[in-house]
Amino acid sequence: MDYTCIRVYRPDHFRGVGAIQIARPEVRNALSLRTMEELVHACEEFERDSTVGCIVLHGDERAFAAGADIREMESATTVTMLERDQFARWERLRQIKKPMIAAVSGFALGGGCELAMLCDIIVASDTAQFGQPEINIGVMPGAGGTQRLTRAVGKSLAMELVLTGRMISAQRALERGLVSRVVPVEYYLDEAFALAEDIASKAPIAVRLAKESVGKAFSTPLEQGLEYERKNFYMLFSTEDQKEGMAAFLEKRAPIWKGH
Amino acid sequence: MSYETILYQVTDGIARITLNRPEVFNACNEQLTSELRAALEHAANTEEARCVVLTGAGRAFCSGQDLKEAPEPGSQRDLRDSLQRRYNPIIRLMRQMPKPIIAGINGVAAGAGLSLALAADIRIMSTDARLVEAFIAIALIPDSGATFFYPRMLGYAKAFEFATLNKPISAEEAYRLGMVNMLASPRAFPRALEAIARRYAEGPTQTYAYVKMLLQRGMVATLDEMLQLEEEYQQRAGSSEDYREGVAAFREKRSPRFVGR
Repeated sequence: MDYTCIRVYRPDHFRGVGAIQIARPEVRNALSLRTMEELVHACEEFERDSTVGCIVLHGDERAFAAGADIREMESATTVTMLERDQFARWERLRQIKKPMIAAVSGFALGGGCELAMLCDIIVASDTAQFGQPEINIGVMPGAGGTQRLTRAVGKSLAMELVLTGRMISAQRALERGLVSRVVPVEYYLDEAFALAEDIASKAPIAVRLAKESVGKAFSTPLEQGLEYERKNFYMLFSTEDQKEGMAAFLEKRAPIWKGH
Repeated sequence: MSYETILYQVTDGIARITLNRPEVFNACNEQLTSELRAALEHAANTEEARCVVLTGAGRAFCSGQDLKEAPEPGSQRDLRDSLQRRYNPIIRLMRQMPKPIIAGINGVAAGAGLSLALAADIRIMSTDARLVEAFIAIALIPDSGATFFYPRMLGYAKAFEFATLNKPISAEEAYRLGMVNMLASPRAFPRALEAIARRYAEGPTQTYAYVKMLLQRGMVATLDEMLQLEEEYQQRAGSSEDYREGVAAFREKRSPRFVGR
């Protein structure tokens, strides 16, 4: 696939990291259908690439992504929206097994905010702003905004943001747990890459099952989630990396992962 | 001049000073303080250097005075002499130099090493580094400006606690207390430090110098005095090339290209 809306690369200096930049600065990285198509394709490529252990998704300093492409939707009807089924692509992104980090600077609005929240971790620059402004154009979030934002920041603030379209700062997002860290815009990308490299250096199967298990916290009752966690925990004892990891710990040396 | 205990180079508008005795966590011996002072003087007087980066080689930023070389208790050499001759000129130079100094706290900063970091204008710290008071462990007072810096950054009560109980301050805590400006994880740290330095090297250097002088004055002066100084220095800043460029760039909706004059 030839990419025209995104840039896919492997950052220098950071091992095991696959990076995808949304590269449509002229429209503040609006998420057109084509952009989403390319994003899914690039993520699925990284998913198959055993040298990639973690994916970092980012925009530029001014915008992570300022929303969906409104021009594409302006004249749509319920029927054409149903037929277009644009959220099928989002579903495929959700199926990615490798950890995904959103490195957010500037605007993460509407679909941009939802895309960041679809990722496993959000690292924000101190200039980042998050919001779901769909209400201002007569609609509402459609790609997970009402669900993921509420789970991340709680009902009252989520309602405020979704019903008014107001934005919150990186600092406020940090206080409310929407993002895990805020760093200066000058080096937020390196910080995200360093975090991704750290994750990529762990035993891949353990990372994969751990990601799945944490994800279950949002989709199952506690009892089921605990059961799921325990099964995954036991399952890891059939991997060689579990043997290697524990042996290395006892021998006080660094583990050498085999990936199985 | 060639150095043995530090690395020094000026490139891309940045004077980089790296304390380079990693085998002793960059402890300050006589040679190191003398070379550090010479490098700072060079950076201050070199037009090409628009900001200064001070960091450490290896795992530490600076562990303070090299105790192997410290004056023996009861000996002829005294601590007053060591401060007057070696440390205090460095601290004065750092505070008076009309250029931003960025301390890159890559690892532990202890004792006089911590004072060096606190004498910089802005601090970026690795998340696995720690700040250690250290002096009180050998029954000395904090020196090299520490008694000036601690209470201003921490308030008296916290400063007293830190200077007497000698409990290390973690990076997260240092950030929360306002002792450091920014944190970066160890793997991102070198590039983060570089990015911040570049930001300063491309800034309106002369105006930074005015800001540095005025803010220090503002900590000890009256409002009236500062209002007068602001009149004078705003007039000067407004006659700089960078002011003209800044206004032009704003009107033309582009990023300014400051030259530091």
